Formats: sequence, structure tokens, C-alpha cells
Amino acid sequence: MKKLSLFTGCLIPNRYPGIEKATMLVLERLGIKCSYLKEAACCPAPGIYRSFDKITWLTLASRNLVLAEEKDTDILTICNGCFSSLMDANNILKNDAGLRNEVNAHLQKIGKEYRGTIEVRHIIEFLHTDIGVKKLGDAIDKPLEIRAAVHYGCHLLKPTRDRKLGSAECPVFFDELVEATGAKSVPYEGKTSCCGAGGGVRSAMLETSFRMTEYKLDRIQKAGVDCIIDACPFCHLQYDAGQVELEKSGKNYDIPVLHFTQLLGLALGLTSDEVGLHLNEIVNLKFEEKIAQIQNGNKTEI
Amino acid sequence: MSYSVIRLNISFPIFNPMKNPDILTCFQCGTCHASCPSGKYTSLNIRKIVRDSIKKDISDQPELWMCTTCYNCQERCPRGIKVTDAVLTLRSEAVKKGKILPAHRKVCNFLIKTGQSIPLDDKHLEIRKKLNLRTDEASWKKARKEVKVLLRSTGFDELVKR
Ligand code: SF4
Ligand code: SF4
Repeated sequence: MKKLSLFTGCLIPNRYPGIEKATMLVLERLGIKCSYLKEAACCPAPGIYRSFDKITWLTLASRNLVLAEEKDTDILTICNGCFSSLMDANNILKNDAGLRNEVNAHLQKIGKEYRGTIEVRHIIEFLHTDIGVKKLGDAIDKPLEIRAAVHYGCHLLKPTRDRKLGSAECPVFFDELVEATGAKSVPYEGKTSCCGAGGGVRSAMLETSFRMTEYKLDRIQKAGVDCIIDACPFCHLQYDAGQVELEKSGKNYDIPVLHFTQLLGLALGLTSDEVGLHLNEIVNLKFEEKIAQIQNGNKTEI
Repeated sequence: MSYSVIRLNISFPIFNPMKNPDILTCFQCGTCHASCPSGKYTSLNIRKIVRDSIKKDISDQPELWMCTTCYNCQERCPRGIKVTDAVLTLRSEAVKKGKILPAHRKVCNFLIKTGQSIPLDDKHLEIRKKLNLRTDEASWKKARKEVKVLLRSTGFDELVKR
């Protein structure tokens, strides 16, 4: 297997840098070598650019892929949107010589050429496949005895013909990772349903997107959890900022939202601040206290 | 499934560029719509989109942009029709005709200007510094420049001006 380059995308570094910090710290603690893909630009976001113009979408994605080819590393993504754009573009370009030539004609203008020599990974499937649930569990001293609502996010799983990560109807691999931290993955109705952010709906039809978020949050709340665990900053934003927005219509959720790397960070002994929970819209001090108590070895009542 | 094209020998406005002739095998079962998270709350009825797209130009329909591209419809369609892929194609047909929502145009212009869809603002630059995360202006500048060249080359900057 090749070494990894971290592709952070737009939303994480520019709006949720806490997730980036948590990711770097967690990779370091687990001894996984991974350096930034430095000159990367927007993946580009599948919701808008893939709809607008396929060749533009492929060309910008291929530039990012080529940056990793030049370093001879695979790409590690921490966002379902980046994963979807880069993986799909990589598959398309590897298999379609016509499109590859077309894209390379554009890339030539910046002195680059797509060759198709690397793979695109998502941190969730990477940890599950290449590190493994057992090894991850072994790295954890104090299991986090909390209840979590896991949200996979659409593009981690679908289209299944390309992701090849198994069923999108009742997937388990992400739950297994979450449970490796000691948390309980609590089942809830509509678990695989969309958060509402994708496809450019959030950016152009905010209200509409929040109806879908509300559907999810209502069911998550009913299940009685300590937090939501996601694998994508768009879902993260939708749940985190969405709760604040939905307060205006009388909802009161106050459920902390964590990217998996943040949860893993907590399980590895990092503090809530170190994994950037204070940079979320929803800051739930009761949750942070509970985590601190577990980390300090005090008995908690669950 | 290209045989259906040849046998029917008809040309639909959206149908050709779609290269998605399996859409003709739709038997209007409605599984797609029943699986649609957006259709629960909006006027998007993906079954109708599939039906209408082979009959007429639907570039004007605002419903095209209510899809979150969650792929539920595509995954569950008993005919194996690539429903979400079809939505993407229909959208790009609409974009070619200049039908771009203002918010999307704004995001596109961010990309043209900064190489990012969500550019870094001062507040988050400060946070990055505090967290000791990279603030690598030279790399970002190079990225910006190259993205601009590519977007001009593919004609994207012209496309979003339409
Ligand atoms: S699920 Fe497939 S066959 Fe059924 S209505 Fe939708 S597109 Fe047509
Ligand atoms: S991909 Fe779009 S149309 Fe299909 S189910 Fe999801 S939101 Fe509905």
C-alpha cells in the first residue's frame, strides 16, 4: 500500500478547522503517516460542479489526483463530498480513455498529466479496513461509555456500485468503528436518510434542507443519545448549525455533533478542546463534563 | 440497453445527451419517489421527472434543484435505472441554457476567484493560527492560479456567466 496524503477540502479547513486538528492528532497517535496534499484546491464539490459541467468537474478533480500521483501517495479524505468527487472522477478517468484524453488536454495547460496510478480513500473505510476494529479498540484505554447516533452520510455508501462498501440499507462498518471507542451505536428510525445538505440544496434552498434535517434530528432525539457522529463536514454543518436554526421554530435539541475523528480523539485521551468541540455551534458542557469524567476514571451513571 | 433506442428510433430533447436510454424501461412504479427524502417535503416527484424527461424539455423545472443527490432512488429502482445520474445530466442541460440559481452562481464565482467553494475568512484564519494549523499562502496561491487556468480552459467561467 502507498503512503497517504491528507485531502482536507474546503469546508473543514475553512469552517470546521477543529475537525482537521482532531484528524492530525489522531493520525499521529495511531502512528499513521500522512502529510498534507499541499496545493490541492476544491475537490470540486459534487453537488454543484458535477451537475453543472462534467468535464470541468473531472478536470478539477484530476488536478487534485495528479498532485497525489506526483507524490506517489494515495489520497485520504475526511469528507463524503471530497470522497465522492475524487473517487468517482478517478474511476471514470481510469476507465474512459476518451474522457482521460479530454481532461489531459486541459491539464497540459498547467503542465500536468493524469495517469491513474493512485487510489482515493475515506478515513472511515480506511480505518475499518487497513487498521481494523480490534487494533483500534486495543489503542483505547478508557472506553467512552456514551450513546451515539451514527450518521454515515449518503456519499460514503452510495452509489454502491462504485463505493463497494456493501449494503447502503443497513451498513455496519462505521458503527463497528464507533463501538470500538466504547460508545454504543444506538439504532434510530431513518438512520440512512439524508441530512438534507447535499446536491446544492443547502446552498440554494436552506429552508427545504432543514426540513430533512429536522426529520433526522427528531428521530435522533427520540432515540436518546449523547451525541451525533458523522463522517462528513457537510452533514456536520447541517446538524450543528441546523439545530441552532431549528431553535427558531421552537425546537430544542442541544445534541453535540462530532466528526468521527473527534470522537476517536476523545477515546484516545484528547480533551474536548483539543479535538475542537468548542468550535462547534452547539457546545454542550454537560457532554464535555461527562467525557472528562470518563477520561479521569470517575464512575459515571448512564 | 441501447437496443431500445434503435428500435424506437425517436429523438427526445434530453434523451440524446443523457446517454441514459435505460430510462425508457421505467414502468412508473414510484419506488424512486417513495424513497426520496426531499420529495417528502417539496414538490420534487422524481418519478414524474423520469417520465417527463423523455417527453419534453424540463430544464425550467425548479424541482431539478431540490434533489440532494442522495442516490436512494437510483439504488432502489427495480429497473436499475441510473436515476440520480439522470438528474445530474438534466441539470447540466438546464445550466447550458443559463438556468442557474443565484446561490449556486455565487459559489461558482468563489471557485473561480479563490479555487475554493467555501473560502477562508478572517475569523477562521485566526482560529487556524491558534490551532497551529497550516496557513500556507504560497501553496494556496499556486492552487488558485492553476484552477483559474483550468476553468478558463474548460469554458466554465463563460458557462456561469450565461
Ligand atoms: S423506481 Fe425506477 S422504474 Fe420505478 S418509477 Fe422510479 S425510475 Fe421508474
Ligand atoms: S437522489 Fe435526489 S431524487 Fe433521488 S431519492 Fe435522493 S433526493 Fe430524491
